[in-house]
Amino acid sequence: MGIEGIGAKVLRKEDRRFITGRGRYVDDMVVPGMKYAAFVRSPHAHATISGIDMEEAKGMPGVIGILTGEQLQGDGIGNLICGWAVSSKDGTPMKMGAWPALAVEKVRHVGQAVAVVVAETQMQARDAAEAVMVDYDELPAVVSAVEALKDGAPQLHPEAENNLIFDWELGDKGATDAAFTNAAHVTRLHIVNNRLVPNPMEPRAALGHYDAADDHYTCWTTSQNPHVARLVMSAFYNVAPEHKLRVIAPDVGGGFGSKIYIYPEEIVCLWASKRTGVPVKWTSDRTEAFLTDAHGRDHVTEVEMALDADNKILGLKVDTVANLGAYMSLFSSATPTYLYATLLSGQYDIPAIHANVRAVYTNTVPVDAYRGAGRPEATYVIERTMETAARELGVSPAELRRKNFIRSFPHQTPVIMAYDAGDFDATLDAGMQAADVAGFEARRAEAQSRGKLRGLGMSCYIEACGIAPSKAVGSLGAGVGLWESAEVRVNPVGTIEILTGSHSHGQGHETTFAQLVAERFGLPVDNVQVIHGDTDKVQFGMGTYGSRSGAVGMSAIHKALDKVEAKAKKIAAHLLEADEGDIVIENGEVKVAGTDKSLGWHEVCLGAYTGHNLPDGMEPGLKEGAFYDPTNFTFPAGCYICEVEVDPETGTTEIVQFVAADDFGRVINPMIVEGQVHGGLAQGIGQALLEGAHYDETGQLVTASYMDYAMPRAWDLPMFDVSTNETLCPGNPLGMKGCGEAGAIGSPPAVINAITDAIGNNDLTMPATPQKVWRALHAVT
Amino acid sequence: MSDVTITVNGREMKGAVEDRTLLVTFLRENLGLTGTHVGCDTSQCGACVVHVDGKAVKSCTMLAVQASGASVTTIEGLADGAELHPVQAAFREHHGLQCGFCTPGMIMTAVDLIRQHGSALDEKAVRDGLEGNICRCTGYHNIVKAILAAAGASQPQQVAAE
Repeated sequence: MGIEGIGAKVLRKEDRRFITGRGRYVDDMVVPGMKYAAFVRSPHAHATISGIDMEEAKGMPGVIGILTGEQLQGDGIGNLICGWAVSSKDGTPMKMGAWPALAVEKVRHVGQAVAVVVAETQMQARDAAEAVMVDYDELPAVVSAVEALKDGAPQLHPEAENNLIFDWELGDKGATDAAFTNAAHVTRLHIVNNRLVPNPMEPRAALGHYDAADDHYTCWTTSQNPHVARLVMSAFYNVAPEHKLRVIAPDVGGGFGSKIYIYPEEIVCLWASKRTGVPVKWTSDRTEAFLTDAHGRDHVTEVEMALDADNKILGLKVDTVANLGAYMSLFSSATPTYLYATLLSGQYDIPAIHANVRAVYTNTVPVDAYRGAGRPEATYVIERTMETAARELGVSPAELRRKNFIRSFPHQTPVIMAYDAGDFDATLDAGMQAADVAGFEARRAEAQSRGKLRGLGMSCYIEACGIAPSKAVGSLGAGVGLWESAEVRVNPVGTIEILTGSHSHGQGHETTFAQLVAERFGLPVDNVQVIHGDTDKVQFGMGTYGSRSGAVGMSAIHKALDKVEAKAKKIAAHLLEADEGDIVIENGEVKVAGTDKSLGWHEVCLGAYTGHNLPDGMEPGLKEGAFYDPTNFTFPAGCYICEVEVDPETGTTEIVQFVAADDFGRVINPMIVEGQVHGGLAQGIGQALLEGAHYDETGQLVTASYMDYAMPRAWDLPMFDVSTNETLCPGNPLGMKGCGEAGAIGSPPAVINAITDAIGNNDLTMPATPQKVWRALHAVT
Repeated sequence: MSDVTITVNGREMKGAVEDRTLLVTFLRENLGLTGTHVGCDTSQCGACVVHVDGKAVKSCTMLAVQASGASVTTIEGLADGAELHPVQAAFREHHGLQCGFCTPGMIMTAVDLIRQHGSALDEKAVRDGLEGNICRCTGYHNIVKAILAAAGASQPQQVAAE
């Protein structure tokens, strides 16, 4: 391992700039002559636009230009697309409604951009934006997906009758129906997965700069995937030719999925820069973020689980209505389908599964992948159902799970996923041990004596990430492949640059990726620079989301390091007059095994770059690239156990303990992994107890600031008990599964299972606010 | 427009600003001190915390003209040259940051918390004291550890619930 290699707790190299206030986020960027944009946004959820009067606004101080959707369309800027083709079960393609970056005829959600003002200062731009008079004719709005499907509901897009985008299914309906006829017991639940707003602390921002002198475009954007942004903006939105567009995602303050997509704002800033001749910067304020950043979750599900007399699961039926909002966002079709239904087997050996998913338009902000993307929704369905079934059957939650665990691998589920490796008993044992489940009843009694209600809930989750094998996702409708790229450049003096298509917006790649080099060649991580986020520097890569930067990003680096190692050994063998197979590289030295013949690593590197004595025919230099395409999804899994104490007088829930026992395969840096789990748990607990995006019936988002949307704060959360065991992933060279989303995936059911256990009422929705908990408790006492 | 004179990180800085200019905007745009961040519009997230005359203040909730004549310390003024402030060092040591966006405000609040309570701080006091600072990345676990360490206080005990 070494003190800086794989498995080592290495403090982060990138911290210095962040702790001294020298991070470079998009809003920090300044270019000479930079001006500011403010967007005119619809205050209505659904309306036609009959005119835009900008006379007064144009005359206001500092205004350089005001641009509309008509001009955008006239310049040939394309509509926003969803890049994953999902079809209905009858074969009809998904109904993708037109989404222009600036609305022309119609607006379909509060906050949709209608025009943009460019002015000398941000304040002047905002003042003028407020003076732009848009003539709206209001239409009735619908915010609930279930309501939007009904006859008579307001219709959002001409393409989608009854607002239905697709009616999709997965699994074997016949076999599942048959399984139910033999059931000794059926557990049924109505489950709502509450709409969330991702809320990274850095609001989105874009700085678009068209340089007429070079006929070249640069866009600084808060993106998790700058190359994808470049490709999509050029190929689909016609903003700039790809080879003349440089996209830079510098320091980005969190993403969680919301910064994957290419939004109207960056498209408009780049285009506006060309139109007005000045660089144009836009920064979201927090309310704008609530009204424009892709929201998450928002499923309504009916689930039925059939069990036999021995408590073994026979079949699972799931019917979900997924709210995709007013327009189809970039990955929106995949989140409630291929990232959701494929996980419905959970950790259990279920012979027959059938899932039906209807995706629906409503007059709300578009919904797309948010930390977990489909897997939290699936885990909530299955783990709430398992806990409920256990209670109905009178067996312990652990016992029912053990009865049904998958124990033989690889395991082909009925829903596409083939789990490669895992040990679910190990994580359940570890979780129960750490949570002292054995001592719980005594703690419950003690709490009772103080007038408090304790509850215990578990969640044995499995998820699929490390996305994804390109062929597989291509066959399922993805418009892109999901491989990753890496380039390892060894400098003449032996220091190293890793150029990666991954993007770090909090994950610590500048440190963990360097650890791979430390492990391989015994160089200090300080000798390794990791470069990412600039399409001019780094070759095409797919970016960071879906917990892929370890399993896929690092595997690409590993492959490139293999090539560097091979060439370095050839050079050394030549210089040391030895056999290539006898060359060993460790601790920064290149030696002939079993002898004292050696060279310093830097000497070999210098030899590569001076070219004075290389093997015949070998090119000088030491720089190798690799593209890595995963062979399968990876399958992190674990057991989360939540213990709560509910105050029956106020309904408040205190989390007295939260145990997370995970299996992420190989752990590169345990400190980083724990941090990822902590953050994921906070978001999952936030979903369970605090967060919920709420629309009123007219389509107004009433939770559009931190006054109304309850973000988890330090006092809402406990210290977490986090541990990992490693069953290596057989699918990639490092054996990694990924850890970025697990916390948000596994935790919500653990929390709700615990509270429902505490209050003795299983009928409780998220967020389980004090009022809801109090009412649920008093409904049964 | 009004003239303001503010001592920022020990240097007297002058500017002419619209009266409605927030202190955070003056720091970021007039002075180029972009370490102080804006994360919300309702004065709750704490990414903008600086010290005004030694006390933690949300610079998004103060006008630049209100700070005229005062002494302001921003995150850029905490370290002593190359030597990190103990709170900065503790945040690194305990992995109390991920994306770094909330970090300047979090550190400035922590410095004030420690100034007020020192090693008497415990987990609950730290968590309560961070009411005005929101982090989306860390789940606060390591932030609490970092602050307690920097305060010379005891770390929380992680045992099975009693």
